Amino acid sequence: MTETEQHDYDVLVIGAGGAGLRAAIEARERGLRTAIVCKSLFGKAHTVMAEGGCAAAMGNVNENDSWQVHFRDTMRGGKFLNSWRMAELHAKEAPDRVWELETYGALFDRTKDGRISQRHFGGHTYPRLAHVGDRTGLELLRTMQQRIVSLQQDDYAETGDYEARLRVFAECTVTELLTDPSTGSGQAGAIAGAFGYWRESGRHVVFSAPAVVLATGGIGKSFQVTSNSWEYTGDGHALALRAGANLIDMEFVQFHPTGMVWPPSVKGILVTEGVRGDGGVLKNSDGKRFMFDYIPDVFKGQYAQTEDEADRWYEDQENNRRTPDLLPRDEVARAINTEVKEGRGSPHGGVYLDIASRMPAEEIRRRLPSMYHQFKELADVDITAEPMEVGPTCHYVMGGIEVDPDTGQSRVPGLFAAGECAGGMHGSNRLGGNSLSDLLVFGRRAGLGAADYVVGLERRPAVREADVEVAAAMTLAPFDAHPAAAGGENPYTLHAELQRVMNDLVGIIRTESEMISALDRLGELRARLHDVVVEGHRQYNPGWHLALDLRNMLMVSEAVASSALLRTESRGGHTREDHPGLDPRWRHRVLVTHCVRAGADGGVVVPRIAVEPAERAPMRADLLALFDLTELEKYYTAPELAGHLDRVEAQHTEGGTA
Amino acid sequence: MSYRGRFRVWRGDADGGALADFQVEVNEGEVVLDVLHRLQATQTPDLAVRWNCKAGKCGSCSAEINGRPRLLCMTRMSVFERDEVVTVTPMRSFPVIRDLVTDVSFNYSKAREIPSFTPPPGLAPGEYRMGQVDVERSQEFRKCIECFLCQDTCHVVRDHEENKRSFAGPRFLMRIAELEMHPLDVADRVQAAQDEHGLGLCNITKCCTDVCPEGIHITDNALIPMKERVADRRYDPLVWLGRTISRRRS
Ligand SMILES: Cc1cc2nc3c(=O)[nH]c(=O)nc-3n(C[C@H](O)[C@H](O)[C@H](O)COP(=O)(O)OP(=O)(O)OC[C@H]3O[C@@H](n4cnc5c(N)ncnc54)[C@H](O)[C@@H]3O)c2cc1C
Ligand code: SF4
Ligand code: SF4
Ligand code: FES
Repeated sequence: MTETEQHDYDVLVIGAGGAGLRAAIEARERGLRTAIVCKSLFGKAHTVMAEGGCAAAMGNVNENDSWQVHFRDTMRGGKFLNSWRMAELHAKEAPDRVWELETYGALFDRTKDGRISQRHFGGHTYPRLAHVGDRTGLELLRTMQQRIVSLQQDDYAETGDYEARLRVFAECTVTELLTDPSTGSGQAGAIAGAFGYWRESGRHVVFSAPAVVLATGGIGKSFQVTSNSWEYTGDGHALALRAGANLIDMEFVQFHPTGMVWPPSVKGILVTEGVRGDGGVLKNSDGKRFMFDYIPDVFKGQYAQTEDEADRWYEDQENNRRTPDLLPRDEVARAINTEVKEGRGSPHGGVYLDIASRMPAEEIRRRLPSMYHQFKELADVDITAEPMEVGPTCHYVMGGIEVDPDTGQSRVPGLFAAGECAGGMHGSNRLGGNSLSDLLVFGRRAGLGAADYVVGLERRPAVREADVEVAAAMTLAPFDAHPAAAGGENPYTLHAELQRVMNDLVGIIRTESEMISALDRLGELRARLHDVVVEGHRQYNPGWHLALDLRNMLMVSEAVASSALLRTESRGGHTREDHPGLDPRWRHRVLVTHCVRAGADGGVVVPRIAVEPAERAPMRADLLALFDLTELEKYYTAPELAGHLDRVEAQHTEGGTA
Repeated sequence: MSYRGRFRVWRGDADGGALADFQVEVNEGEVVLDVLHRLQATQTPDLAVRWNCKAGKCGSCSAEINGRPRLLCMTRMSVFERDEVVTVTPMRSFPVIRDLVTDVSFNYSKAREIPSFTPPPGLAPGEYRMGQVDVERSQEFRKCIECFLCQDTCHVVRDHEENKRSFAGPRFLMRIAELEMHPLDVADRVQAAQDEHGLGLCNITKCCTDVCPEGIHITDNALIPMKERVADRRYDPLVWLGRTISRRRS
């Protein structure tokens, strides 16, 4: 074999989105030599596309806001399945993480008294989202990118080398994690590094690093209609599985209620929830604001019942309840789905989102400039004069790598995860704006966790040459001719079929028989992937890149479909037509996906996975006490609430009077 | 609705290449990037092109269409006649890697040469206070999606490789302006803009502004004000002194 390019670092961060950059900043600030690897150019990660804002209970617009209220909103949004410890850390630390961005140079929109302005979003009790118009993700990502540059400038001043302690490997794709079975406790051993290829040249590269932080984002590219880019192939999820880590909650996929529906080439592109947060309303083809008909029982009493009250709420939140247009995303997406199915949809199969009739054109252009631009340029629609047509689009995966909330470490020693590819924080449904804050809070924690781990390590795990050879052979297999298959399979065709299966059978509304047939179809695709053949050579070859990404997409899709089959209830981003309604017996149960042959991969293209239920640890009493008993009773079984403060007190009072 | 569109796409690598002709289906509402994706899926699986968001937000898909620097994802097919040949070539100011993908590392090196945001000493996180009107000037420049189309089009470097060393280009001269106009930044980059980053090479032709997909007024709002600051400084050193003092005080 020819010599493979090799780099040695203390911490390797895979992913240059918000989570990855924040982790890298932390690891570097703790003095560790840190590398960042990403598939696109630096500064192009998915985070750049986030629009609406970043949730943090700073209380700048409504001072009643606090971490407790944010925590409650997050748990409600996730229908109480969330890792409550993550939700707690998130709510407590988000404000500090946002303020920290200002010290890096971020310029958020301001309140009148010069603080960071905050906007309304679905499921958040108070205006809570720090934002910059509707390009908040760009501000976040660019700010952290510039912070990284500034750290590199410090290193340059000190050593004469910008990349002495922090280097970005852009357009470089990691295809396998490398472990050292002689270290660590697990069967696969501790993390030793990662294997990948340069997209530009197709040449292989090995990173040796005792700690790896996965920050690879989501999985949406397995679905046909999605707001996600080509990068979202679930790489981090699949890499973690193959290295021996667990995924949790994979049945929970968020369909954002408002994606563009027309023209076909832009179907799925996101229309920010900020449109509704700022006053836009949903209407059906009869011109009716239908969301008032879809307030579910668990949220009764928390939302306005009339249009008048809803409209008053924008101005006066103390005396009115919020509009049901801002129910959590799962509720709104299902409502739109029903309206369309029952024949009250718009001409291109969506519903109307109207902001034009609700505020002056000038104001719309100021508040939502990129939405204005997007519709004007891509759909010939002037949103200041006519309603938009919108429908659900696959947007976000709540499920992800199971991690320790405080350190971000998975069950594989040295393997950390943060951001969209980590699981637990959002439970069954994520609130808008809670992702950008999640990236900051848990990106930092994972960077810190990785740094502590490396500092405490006695012996550095070693990369094994044999593993490198297996990983290398795996990437080159699609170039070999498969004589058995007549002509071989085209990766683009396989991808299109996968997207159709996931869209049609594992979409917003699911049934047992669909899930079974999805798994059958995925099984066929898995077999056909063996015969995938790519044309051309290794230099910047997108067909080849897709063929390799398909491995990950298939593994993750099987995890989604298998988990969805097992969860016989409807909750958040998982709706079963054959099991409608929440089942309290499922509230504390999470579905855990693991790889059946982790570590000893042995060259299998798509290793098998298995899904099993596990118990979520009960919420700490002081956190549980933040909720009224009557609300909890909608979600919990009676025995689980025996320890709730209200109940204990009630019993005391009863005991006292008896 | 659909028709067969005629395309000429540059294919090749650092060693050379040529325009290749294609006929490919075009549907209503599509953008040039959609058509290139169809080419990949049906005729040229290894056609190299960068993209991410497909909505003009990430600045990945920069190229030249009929000779004009543009985003592939924001160029509607409806702006061309049906029988028109649409020619797609890589950005000319940067070395080709393959097909439509160019080596844009020039921009990342320039980014590193500009001193970063420098907050006032002692200002704690959470204590930052700025008025909306005061942040708006820099916010306009922070809309930049780093597509580098302005860098590609600027004649100072477009056919003048030799100027690249001494010229940061409109995007990064604008970055200097952004930091200089940041209400709380305390560093001074005015003289460096002129001496080290080549502000003087810009002769305000506004070609950069013309191609900016974000509609940022690069020349009027960033470059010209920077030139004015340099000029002020040159003729009246006291202005500079006065400005730093008053800024420290505020
Ligand atoms: C259109 C849109 C709007 C949104 N708006 C909001 C919003 O307003 N508020 C909010 O809170 N959330 C929003 N979200 C969600 C949020 O933006 C994402 O969840 C979040 O940005 C994910 O960040 P991340 O750091 O986890 O990953 P990303 O930013 O996606 O970064 C992933 C990184 O991993 C790299 N990577 C992946 N696989 C590999 C591999 N194999 N090898 C090397 N590198 C790899 C990629 O190149 C990339 O750099 C929005 C999402 C979309 C799509
Ligand atoms: S205005 Fe200046 S920077 Fe812009 S294109 Fe012209 S010369 Fe270049
Ligand atoms: S200033 Fe405009 S043209 Fe230049 S890189 Fe930024 S967005 Fe692109
Ligand atoms: S793909 Fe993002 S700008 Fe074109």
